Amino acid sequence: MNEILDLYLTFMRIGAVNFGGGYAMLPLLEEDLAKKKGWVTREELLDYFAIGQCTPGLIALNVSTFIGNKKKGVAGALAATLGFLTCPVIIILIIAMFMKNFADYEIVQHAFAGIRVCVCVLIIQAVLRLWKKAVVDRTTLILYLVIFFLAVFGKHLIFAVPTAVLVIASGVFGVFFGKGGGESK
Amino acid sequence: MTIIMLCIQFFKTGLFSIGGGLATLPFLYEISDKFGWFSHADIADMIAISESTPGAIGINMSTYAGYTTGGIPAGILASLSLACPSVIIILIIARFLEKFRENKYVDRAFYGLRPASIAMISAAGVNVAMVALFDLKAFQASHFLPDFFVWKGLILAVLIFIGQKKIKIHPVAFIAASALIGIIFKF
Repeated sequence: MNEILDLYLTFMRIGAVNFGGGYAMLPLLEEDLAKKKGWVTREELLDYFAIGQCTPGLIALNVSTFIGNKKKGVAGALAATLGFLTCPVIIILIIAMFMKNFADYEIVQHAFAGIRVCVCVLIIQAVLRLWKKAVVDRTTLILYLVIFFLAVFGKHLIFAVPTAVLVIASGVFGVFFGKGGGESK
Repeated sequence: MTIIMLCIQFFKTGLFSIGGGLATLPFLYEISDKFGWFSHADIADMIAISESTPGAIGINMSTYAGYTTGGIPAGILASLSLACPSVIIILIIARFLEKFRENKYVDRAFYGLRPASIAMISAAGVNVAMVALFDLKAFQASHFLPDFFVWKGLILAVLIFIGQKKIKIHPVAFIAASALIGIIFKF
């Protein structure tokens, strides 16, 4: 029971400060879960994000469910996901009730312009730390560059490829040309 | 009755929006057109609010739509409906992985998935940077290179980057400090 509560509270904390979307969750998960608590490895985090990207639902919720399940099965998955939802739901309810023009306040805009800078740096640092877990040889480097290019500039091309398709294609590529050794256990 | 419909609609949104975040938008517009629980302007407001609060836009919009149609309980129900498909599908995939993680082909799939994963995360970082650190519009208007950079943002970014390496405190402390700096220096 205590572990379930721990999962709920941990994800509630992460949900409370997860500004900037699902990927911005990664630096927080890495610090709290991979480094401090040792609930997941960095490789597993990458795996969860890859799967969460190409399966239905919000990435943040998918990753929460994955980690909760790994730690404590179905109950853990529910605890983590509900924990993650708690703060955003409360905050939006308050905004909907009292301050619908929340985003128009100048002080809010300045604060979040600052937060965006920080989120950007945190994501870049997480990428640098996780880099060698994913890009292990020349093939994976090329794969990285292709997907990165398509993900950043894809929307300006004639054929915009949905990111989920890119991720699935990389998995299929791995099955045919991969070297295995992606052991994460 | 409305509440059941609300739950069905947001369950559907959770089920079909792959990739999350902005992938939910087309579904939200559809719900708006069909049921009128919220207007297109509400969606635009919610995008702005989602950028200024923690949590994904899908969660925020479902909570908001639920609240406006049926008060606090409906707000909570709608966001739970949105989360349902994620939980069910990931639990199924996780079972599958537990069984087949040692399988040669599954293992090889991850060889390809991991660089893709880190590439998507890098791309997300670039997208945030294009808003937080660079100003393409100002540069296109003036064709003056220094206008391309958001100098205050870049200085803060460098400070955080060094600070993170030197001081071992939680990333959240840096997020809070950045919010304060943003307010004080009018970012």
